[in-house]
Amino acid sequence: MPEDLETIDAIILPGGESTTISMLLESSGTFEPLQELLSQGLPAFGTCAGMIMLSNKVLDGRTDQRSFDRIDISVRRNAFGRQIASFETDIDVIGLEEPFPAVFIRAPGVETAGPEVEVLATVKLDEQTEIPVLCRQNNVLVSSFHPELTGDLRLHQMFLSEL
Amino acid sequence: MAESNSGSNSQIGTVRVKRGLADMLRGGVIMDVVNPAEAKIAEDAGAVAVMALERVPADIRRDGGVARMSDPSMIEAIQETVTIPVMAKARIGHFAEAQVLESLGVDYVDESEVLTPADEAHHIDKWAFTVPFVCGATNLGEALRRISEGACLIRSKGEAGTGNIVEAVRHLRSILGDIRKLTQADAAELFDWAKRLQAPLGLVQEVAETGTLPVPMFCAGGIATPADASLVMQLGAQSVFVGSGIFKSEDPAPRAKAIVEATTHYRDPAMVAKVSRGLGDAMPGLEIGELDTKLSERGW
Repeated sequence: MPEDLETIDAIILPGGESTTISMLLESSGTFEPLQELLSQGLPAFGTCAGMIMLSNKVLDGRTDQRSFDRIDISVRRNAFGRQIASFETDIDVIGLEEPFPAVFIRAPGVETAGPEVEVLATVKLDEQTEIPVLCRQNNVLVSSFHPELTGDLRLHQMFLSEL
Repeated sequence: MAESNSGSNSQIGTVRVKRGLADMLRGGVIMDVVNPAEAKIAEDAGAVAVMALERVPADIRRDGGVARMSDPSMIEAIQETVTIPVMAKARIGHFAEAQVLESLGVDYVDESEVLTPADEAHHIDKWAFTVPFVCGATNLGEALRRISEGACLIRSKGEAGTGNIVEAVRHLRSILGDIRKLTQADAAELFDWAKRLQAPLGLVQEVAETGTLPVPMFCAGGIATPADASLVMQLGAQSVFVGSGIFKSEDPAPRAKAIVEATTHYRDPAMVAKVSRGLGDAMPGLEIGELDTKLSERGW
């Protein structure tokens, strides 16, 4: 709800269904005030659906689906396929010494990333294509996967350490 | 575990991946739909997933006969219509129906008592599948047996197709009440609990330690109004399945949206009141004592 935004220093937009999240943000009158805070530089970390919400373009989304346009990436929903293709894998992340356990669930994929975007990790979509799965632009961090489903807090620490 | 296409150490169908999707559906509403038009209404209303089936439980109850897995062409038409996850039902013990559903790429299989059971002694070995399963339960022992067979999501059964919330409340209170008691039991008592619940000791010990099921628990069977959704969420359900309650009501689209809002804002009575206004008639309800068949008694 809009009043919940009054005291926050940063926001994490977690996984879920981006269509539902987008609709409920609108119906509760939270979309506009959050958009305003984000455009004033509120730090944000979006995972999976949260990445979709922070991107500047949603491919394969619903026509009425809105996003906050806080990181210059275009994102394709369910880029890795349906649930039976959902997977987990250890990925190398720039800035972390050990690999990170990444859980991808009906995950979105980054199709294009603008020049301002730092790509911190990638995975192979197929033999030919390697796509970004962890990106940062200023104080906005996004991941295709779900660090919240593992006990590994390193990405959350990375996000918090830069506040 | 099979390898996905994403690298040498990459695995599909792991417990974390299967339970993870259920985690992502928490706080949402999963709606029964019988055709693409209803699926669209559900998605437009903010459903987090749809359950594709041939007839909603109220009609299965009315029509009688054997209720089976849906026609694959109907499931595919719904998959093409919506971007949210699509679930579908297989009969209890009917692993061949589950294999067909997996081959169609459904996102969750519901091994469901709403359909006519295919096996009177065995539920499906759900560990053998890449697709995750949801199963119904009326009490904690049943929930833990399903989890031991590989279910990654439990829904309290309620009594499907009745529009009567009383059984859902009974089942939720039974499961969550016993979990609360388990957390108070000492180590010796847990052996007795496992015996009485007819559940694996390891899972009983895990629940006693954590105070929660190892998988998410949603509520199904009898939800017909926004206040019903708020009730079961306050009792401890993490999401709601709504079957006949939406598309057997007078005006499905606004009711669907209202149940989504009430599930999200379940602790806010003013919000539940706001969305409950002017929804038209809810589905006609059935008195549990007058039922010929109790679907919740299927499965064991």
